[in-house]
Amino acid sequence: MHILVHPVITPLPKLLVGCVALLLGWGAVGVAGLLRPRSVRLAGRVLFPLGALIGFALAALAVTSLLGGGIERMVLPIGLPGLPAHLRLDPLSSVFLALLGATAGGISLFAGGYFRAGQGTAPGLLGLQYHLFLASMGWVLIAADAYSFLLAWEAMALTSYFLVVTEHRRAEIRRAGLIYLLMAHVGALAILLAFGVMHGSGPFTFHAMRAAHLSAGWAAAAFLLALAGFGAKAGLVPLHVWLPEAHPAAPSPVSALMSGVMLKTAVYGMLRVALDLLGPPVWWWGLVPLALGLFTILYGALFAAVQTDMKRLLAYSSVENIGVIFTGIGLTIVFAGSGMPAVAALALLATLYHCLNHAMMKSLLFLGTGAVLHATGERNLGRLGGLIHRMPWVAWLTLIGTLAIAGLPPLNGFVSEWLLLQSFLFGDQVPHTFVNLLIPMGMAVVVLGAALAGYVMVKFYGVIFLGRPREAALEHAHDCGWLERIGLAWLALGCLALGLLPVQVIGALGRVSAQLVGAVVPQASAHGWLLAPVPGRPVSYGPAVLLTATVAVVLLTVLVVRLFFPQRVRRVSAWDCGFGALTPRMQDTAEGFGQPIRHLFQPFFEMQRELPAPGDSAPRYRIAIRERIWTLAYEPLCAAIDGLANIAARVQQGRISVYLLYSFVTLLVLLAVALLS
Amino acid sequence: MNAVAWLTQGLEAVVALAAAPALLGWVNQCRAWLQNRRAPSLWQPYGTLRKLLHKEVLIAENASPLFRLAPYVTFGAMVLAAGIIPSMGTRLPLVASADAIALVGLFAAARMFMALAAMDVGTAFGTLGARREMMVGFLAEPALLMVILVASLTSSSTALPAITEALVSGHLGLSPSLAFSAVAFILVLLAENARIPVDNPATHLELTMIHEATLLEYSGRHLALMEWAAQLKLFNYVCIGFALFLPWGVAVGRIGPVGLLVAAPALALKLTAAGAGLALIETLSAKMRVMRIPEFLATAFLFAVLGLLVHVLLGA
Repeated sequence: MHILVHPVITPLPKLLVGCVALLLGWGAVGVAGLLRPRSVRLAGRVLFPLGALIGFALAALAVTSLLGGGIERMVLPIGLPGLPAHLRLDPLSSVFLALLGATAGGISLFAGGYFRAGQGTAPGLLGLQYHLFLASMGWVLIAADAYSFLLAWEAMALTSYFLVVTEHRRAEIRRAGLIYLLMAHVGALAILLAFGVMHGSGPFTFHAMRAAHLSAGWAAAAFLLALAGFGAKAGLVPLHVWLPEAHPAAPSPVSALMSGVMLKTAVYGMLRVALDLLGPPVWWWGLVPLALGLFTILYGALFAAVQTDMKRLLAYSSVENIGVIFTGIGLTIVFAGSGMPAVAALALLATLYHCLNHAMMKSLLFLGTGAVLHATGERNLGRLGGLIHRMPWVAWLTLIGTLAIAGLPPLNGFVSEWLLLQSFLFGDQVPHTFVNLLIPMGMAVVVLGAALAGYVMVKFYGVIFLGRPREAALEHAHDCGWLERIGLAWLALGCLALGLLPVQVIGALGRVSAQLVGAVVPQASAHGWLLAPVPGRPVSYGPAVLLTATVAVVLLTVLVVRLFFPQRVRRVSAWDCGFGALTPRMQDTAEGFGQPIRHLFQPFFEMQRELPAPGDSAPRYRIAIRERIWTLAYEPLCAAIDGLANIAARVQQGRISVYLLYSFVTLLVLLAVALLS
Repeated sequence: MNAVAWLTQGLEAVVALAAAPALLGWVNQCRAWLQNRRAPSLWQPYGTLRKLLHKEVLIAENASPLFRLAPYVTFGAMVLAAGIIPSMGTRLPLVASADAIALVGLFAAARMFMALAAMDVGTAFGTLGARREMMVGFLAEPALLMVILVASLTSSSTALPAITEALVSGHLGLSPSLAFSAVAFILVLLAENARIPVDNPATHLELTMIHEATLLEYSGRHLALMEWAAQLKLFNYVCIGFALFLPWGVAVGRIGPVGLLVAAPALALKLTAAGAGLALIETLSAKMRVMRIPEFLATAFLFAVLGLLVHVLLGA
């Protein structure tokens, strides 16, 4: 099982050059928008579709590079003098570039139809920010030294900040943007420190970091700093607080990009540092992301279940999925550090697969909410309903994403879930007592998270698209335009393809596991159409077979029933046990769906309730839910920083004579130090 | 040989399809006897299905195509599951396409479609039922997965046929860890199939319904398919239980239609015993309040964890 792939270094980095050209192309498309910044036609009909084409080309190029399995390097003489930009394209970057290209392609097509002239940023400027955001994400993935990595990382944070505050005239959106910017910079600081620890005494290239020999303590410090930095960007609890604020504030295509793609660049960074730059990992490092990831799964799923704003619900669902991914990273490190490379490869595949899946399905869902938002002007689940009749395209395409993210076979969400659970089953073989007992229990959390995701998705889909419209205005909702339909359909197709072709996808991803943990897993059973990736165990899964068989049984049933029992179908008013006239307000609300969760997991939530008294003539029911983490951690922290700043402010008098005195005293002290030493 | 294998596969599914209503009829009969009532005929469920299939279908005006699709998808998933579970033979063609985890996923897919369909018309009871059904689902699934985990530890595989074959070829008699997880599995089975004490399949009180509330708007052939799917689900769960804990009588290795004939009596015997046991449990317990269900399923989870601990600590 231990097949080591020796990196092939091609003399002329054709693919890498192509990749850089495409990223610059994105930049050029963005700049072109400035020619006529107010023109919606130019941005929507020309630039965004052009950006989508570049995305597809990038994906194709990345897949070619991945299948080739080679490594390409290049040094570009740009940047600070004496510090050229090192670039590198290897299997790990290729996977994430493919993810970026394919997802961004679909999102850009949708965005072409989505952005209209309005209150916020002008379309041309928006296009510039959007395409620079894409290009900087791509640059993060090919950067091979700390400078260009962090430069691209910051560019990514800034462009996405401006995109989040597109509707900057609203105060709550500016606040969300500020929280996002703060967290992004705290995270970037941790990453900067991690690179500082890792480079030892050599230059800041990744190549030198791989060669550097760190002591055990410093290596652990670098790992934990990187975990904090990338975890903050990815939305790992407790550093997730920006995510439920920023995602709903941004326009939907931007939310889709941030949730689907940007969070994955953090995952890329984590994998790059933990499994590549730091050398062979130590097994106990993995326990930290494993524990945090499992907690994040539960936390995200629970908060998603009690949300009443559809985009906030999806944001918390992203937190949950990031938990799944970090759980996978943790398992990979534990197994790789315990001398079980084949199982580590399995866990790594689950991680990468889930990244791809989440990019597709979460983007699809965010775009779906965007279409709903455009058609109805509502984000509040309490004012939606019955949209499957008015918006069939959006509803049916979103259904695919809904079923996929709920982790149901034969769609894609299930594949990664299954791979992760299969790698959990090896947890009892980890050669450390107690840990080998606890790891299998983590499986229960993963399953609880998946099952809760099903609950959340029934709520999400059922309240928005099914039932009766809760507001009269919804009767006039319109379906989305054709560009938007193509974008949605592309992402839905991605969900289907990733779900039905796991053998092929895992075959391609095997290049990465060979690169990072030095092992690949077997992909298919003897027949070739069943996925059988578990090393040494006779387990298989065949989604295509399942789908074919289900469709066959369903068609046969329809045929038999229609043939032998052709009783007519009559449309009548709903029965509802004969309780009389139905009003849309009798349907279960989003709050109603949250009730069992609030009841069962009370300690997680900080609730404020207003309940009507029995005799109220105008009864009012209101419930507000907050995360305890704000009152327990973030608010005291902010108060402490504020206090410190106030103390520091005393030094700042605003009079020039005092400042001159400071300089004078400093000079004296320095002179004293120089004389004494 | 391949054609024979697929034929056998089809036959196994048809047997499940045909036997599922009888299992429910038998449970109802036993329950009636235990409760000193005059028992309905064993064939009563078949009569009900026939009656429903011949009735006109009434659909709410605002029902979407999803509402009409759901019965077929639910039914199809259950028939497929019946083909995947090694109830009579372990080497059938479909068996390899899903392991126990994928099977749980398949059940979850059926449940999700049912819940979405229940919300489609937009009635108060439908949405209430959908919410409760999904709640029972998310509580039961972790417990069920822990049961599967314990069972898979002995055979190093989550594939049901591998577990079955390991048990058949191993020593007879339950190991302590399997005994604990068997108890957990029975609790999950009761919850997942809407049996007392979690849900009352015979209730007419809408406010206490879980599963039935999701079917309130269905009629005619759609209702027949939904009922049949529920009966198949019970049959499937009992057969999963056999595969995990009582695999004796299952044909190991390649079999043809004749092999099924040999394995069928053993299955019938086990089903009879299981049905009687189920009726006994249902008679001895009372339905609990909805908010007590989490405690019930947490108990199931803890039993499964005990099984895991016993296995890892004692190695049995």
